[in-house]
Amino acid sequence: MEVLADIEWVLACYADDVPENGGACMKHGDEQIAIYNFSRRGEWYATQNLCPHKQQMALSRGMIGSAGEGCEPKVACPFHKKTFSLISGDCLSGDDYQIKTYPVKVMEGKVYVGIA
Amino acid sequence: MKPTIVVVGNGMVGYKFCEKLISKSSAYQIIVFGEETRRAYDRVHLSEYFAGKTAEDLSMSSASWYADNGIQLHLGDAVQEINLYQKKIHTQSGLVVKYDYLVLATGSGAFVPDLPGVEKQGVYVYRSIDDLDHIKAYATNAKSGVVMGGGLLGLEAAKALIDLGIQQTHVIEFAPRLMPRQIDAAGSAMLQSKLGQLGLQIHLNKSTSTIEGNGHITGLRFNDDSVLETDMLVISAGIRPRDELARLAGLEVGTRGGIVVNSQMQTSHPDVFAIGECALYEGMIYGLVAPGYEMAEVVAAQLAGTNKLFKGFDMSTKLKLIGVDVASFGDAFISEPACRTIVFEDTHKGIYKRINISNDGKLLLGGILIGEAEAYNMLLQTVNNKVALPPNPEDMILGARGGEQAEGAGVMSLPDDALICSCEAVSKGDICCSVNDGALSLDAVKKCTKAGTGCGGCVPMVKDLIAGTMKANGQYVKNVICEHFEYSRQELFDLVKINKLKNYDLILDHYGKGDGCEVCKPLVASILSSLWNDLVVKQDTIQDSNDRYLANIQKGGTYSVVPRIPGGEITPEKLIVIGQVAQKYGLYTKITGGQRIDLFGAHVSDLPNIWEELVNAGFESGHAYGKSLRTVKSCVGSTWCRFGLHDSVSFAIEIEERYKGVRSPHKLKGGVSGCIRECAEAQGKDFGIIATEKGWNLYVCGNGGSKPQHAQLLAADIDSKTLIQYLDRFLMFYIKTADPLTRTATWLNKLEGGMSYVKNVVVNDSLGIATQLEEEMQLLVDSFHCEWKEVVNNPQLRKRFTHFVNAPTEKDPSVKFESMRQQVKAIW
Ligand code: SRM
Ligand SMILES: Cc1cc2nc3c(=O)[nH]c(=O)nc-3n(C[C@H](O)[C@H](O)[C@H](O)COP(=O)(O)OP(=O)(O)OC[C@H]3O[C@@H](n4cnc5c(N)ncnc54)[C@H](O)[C@@H]3O)c2cc1C
Ligand code: SF4
Ligand code: FES
Repeated sequence: MEVLADIEWVLACYADDVPENGGACMKHGDEQIAIYNFSRRGEWYATQNLCPHKQQMALSRGMIGSAGEGCEPKVACPFHKKTFSLISGDCLSGDDYQIKTYPVKVMEGKVYVGIA
Repeated sequence: MKPTIVVVGNGMVGYKFCEKLISKSSAYQIIVFGEETRRAYDRVHLSEYFAGKTAEDLSMSSASWYADNGIQLHLGDAVQEINLYQKKIHTQSGLVVKYDYLVLATGSGAFVPDLPGVEKQGVYVYRSIDDLDHIKAYATNAKSGVVMGGGLLGLEAAKALIDLGIQQTHVIEFAPRLMPRQIDAAGSAMLQSKLGQLGLQIHLNKSTSTIEGNGHITGLRFNDDSVLETDMLVISAGIRPRDELARLAGLEVGTRGGIVVNSQMQTSHPDVFAIGECALYEGMIYGLVAPGYEMAEVVAAQLAGTNKLFKGFDMSTKLKLIGVDVASFGDAFISEPACRTIVFEDTHKGIYKRINISNDGKLLLGGILIGEAEAYNMLLQTVNNKVALPPNPEDMILGARGGEQAEGAGVMSLPDDALICSCEAVSKGDICCSVNDGALSLDAVKKCTKAGTGCGGCVPMVKDLIAGTMKANGQYVKNVICEHFEYSRQELFDLVKINKLKNYDLILDHYGKGDGCEVCKPLVASILSSLWNDLVVKQDTIQDSNDRYLANIQKGGTYSVVPRIPGGEITPEKLIVIGQVAQKYGLYTKITGGQRIDLFGAHVSDLPNIWEELVNAGFESGHAYGKSLRTVKSCVGSTWCRFGLHDSVSFAIEIEERYKGVRSPHKLKGGVSGCIRECAEAQGKDFGIIATEKGWNLYVCGNGGSKPQHAQLLAADIDSKTLIQYLDRFLMFYIKTADPLTRTATWLNKLEGGMSYVKNVVVNDSLGIATQLEEEMQLLVDSFHCEWKEVVNNPQLRKRFTHFVNAPTEKDPSVKFESMRQQVKAIW
């Protein structure tokens, strides 16, 4: 049996509010969510904004890029450059951290983040 | 059923024995008993526990390692009795286990002299993580501390006390010199003055009679009746092998302790072995980890069916005190007429080096190095492998002077069986083989051979061997940027320049693969700025965070604001503006070490407003965030100072205005002093200028930071115009050829030909590129723009400086401040 999670799509911003190949931070209640405009690949991602390493609200200000042969999309925290997969949220720098990821869709120039 | 091996002691050597045995044989059931409650950990790096490493970081293996390898591990359960005839052991918890072979790896304990008062509170030894926990807890209330024993371990413990914040740390030593077993009197004197600089007070020739205090220690009384007051004492007066269990069982032990073993590590009972610091071989206890590992190897090999004997071990050591290099190797104490000695002493820099060579001048016998021990690995190899000495053996401690590097002195000239990593017994041959088999990086070689995984002292040599072997194989040793660009920075610099590329994505499409990362993006950004000096904010997402927001990110996520104050000169009006801005935006202000003012704690969304006010008052960005020119420090010079020869302030301002904003591989700092008294500390900068009677002296490639280095003279007595010409050439040459994040000093150290090469290029134009370099620099100078001014005046760019994209006026609620000395301080 398939369970469809109830996803609420929240309007975050306009697509051109987020710099190309960069991120921006959205406020959703008390939550801070980082949204990434991976324009080089025409993709959008979203994760928690808090870096689990030293609890800094910083990931949206990090640099994005890819890792490995499979070109796993990733973000590097600006503080100590720990990197995280934008797909799985796994820490790619060898530590046991895990960050939350969210689905993103863009319609008519508007960016929506899916919150379960 | 498999025969059973019981290992008593889960220390470094006991663990290594298990590791070695399972790699050689699976014929045994292994059962380990450890008295400590933790899995075996790296005692050699015990002091790092105070520097923030956790017990888990120091662990020799992962938690599941024993189970994964079928080893039964009982922690916190000491073996209390051995029955040699029934081949059984009894443990504290009441277990009785039958063994076929018994391996004693009980190590040693600290030797505690029998002094009245040793039982008092505040008296500790330095051996286990538990000891360190106790010391740490007690130290919070201690202002002074004493370490008894000026040997290798004592000095390490003393450094640890300083790091714990004990303001007054003393070392008392019974002998007339420090490290009496390793170094001579002259070396000890030099070491003593070096340690004095670290804040250690050394007392030699002191023998303690009583530990004073009521319940807890308050001081030490010596035989000469003098008293040294102290809040705590760490005893490090030597080690005592833990042979109590063996003694009780009736195994042969030495008169001064230690379990007697033969060259197969067998005790007086052939089924019982002893290894590590508890074993006494030919009258000697080996108090280092490498010989212990060799003993473990001997026993593991025998049990796996190969013959291997212990043949004694080299006791050369390098002290790992931070801040002072000390090493002794081979026969350090042999003296004339049994040999000839060469001594180099520099009391100014605190360096003492002594080498002992054979009377025929052919062989190195041993020596001592204090203050500078870089040559240690190579010297040790020269002794151990009986490598023939060069015609001028003094080159080995002084370096080749006046010309070519001494031939044949490199690592590649060592014989294949030269032991490179003594902790893991890895030879040069093993390392070269692994490189030939495809291990082309340090990590790969570490994994393959385990070389460099122990004390780490051999790592530089391992690196040289990897590079040397690759070179010998005709493999190109390449410094690639990252997985996305198979080029060195210099190569990419040239490619970008020749093809006039101005955009990161384009460069990645042409010369790279994948989507880039946090290594290549800022590197390309730096190349682009050094070449075209375009506005960094135009391609903001390839910039390091600091360059992206044109401010340094702080703990907690706020930013700092540093306006440029060229040469450190500022008008009262501008000072007032800084004060007003700080007040208005609630910023913490501080005078920096670079003669300007830093305003900390700015919210990202306040940055454009803050800078708008500063720009309107005539300030420009100070580029404190960029890999670019920071400050040109000045002294007051001839305008006010009675010694000043020229106007150092005006010249510093001129120079700072010229190079401001220029992006480089690492930050650049300069200084201009008005005379040789050098109040601007110009020789500690990437470029330093000092006034002379006839003009200026130009020094380059100095820095402070963690590895301070003085700048060296590039040209003397030149006029201002020539100086700027040379400086243009020098800086541009550095910008074009240095690896990323390499300061000028480090760049120079790696540059073949060193300073004489730089002089040739810059002063004599040996490459014929001087005019080109000057033109390239002029382009950068002419294209300067204040980044903050551009942002302030550009609404599109200003919009980027918000925390919430969907609530631009709101500040990050997770940023919190408290107050301290009437200013703010971030809580995080
Ligand atoms: C503010 C200041 C300390 C102060 O309160 O005095 C400072 C603060 C920082 N220094 Fe520094 N350094 C400051 C003077 C110095 C000096 C002294 C000097 O310039 O005379 C040195 C030693 C001299 C030298 O660099 O050769 C110094 C050696 C370093 C180093 C080590 C550099 C090295 O090559 O080893 C770093 C780390 C780095 O750059 O990678 C560093 C890095 C930093 C950073 C940028 C660390 C960071 O990334 O957060 C600090 C952030 C400042 C901020 O948030 O605004 N800072 N730093 C000084 C700013 C000077 C200025 O006006 O620009
Ligand atoms: C601060 C410090 C710095 C050092 N620095 C260096 C260095 O730079 N270079 C170097 O080569 N060496 C150094 N050493 C020495 C090195 O740590 C030792 O040589 C090494 O740990 C010896 O290993 P071992 O297994 O023989 O003994 P240990 O590591 O002491 O292990 C013995 C273990 O056996 C346990 N044990 C004892 N009796 C029993 C029993 N009856 N039943 C069960 N368990 C028992 C003990 O509790 C202990 O855990 C340093 C030591 C210290 C303390
Ligand atoms: S360096 Fe010379 S001129 Fe400058 S302040 Fe010092 S003494 Fe005066
Ligand atoms: S806080 Fe993110 S890497 Fe350290």
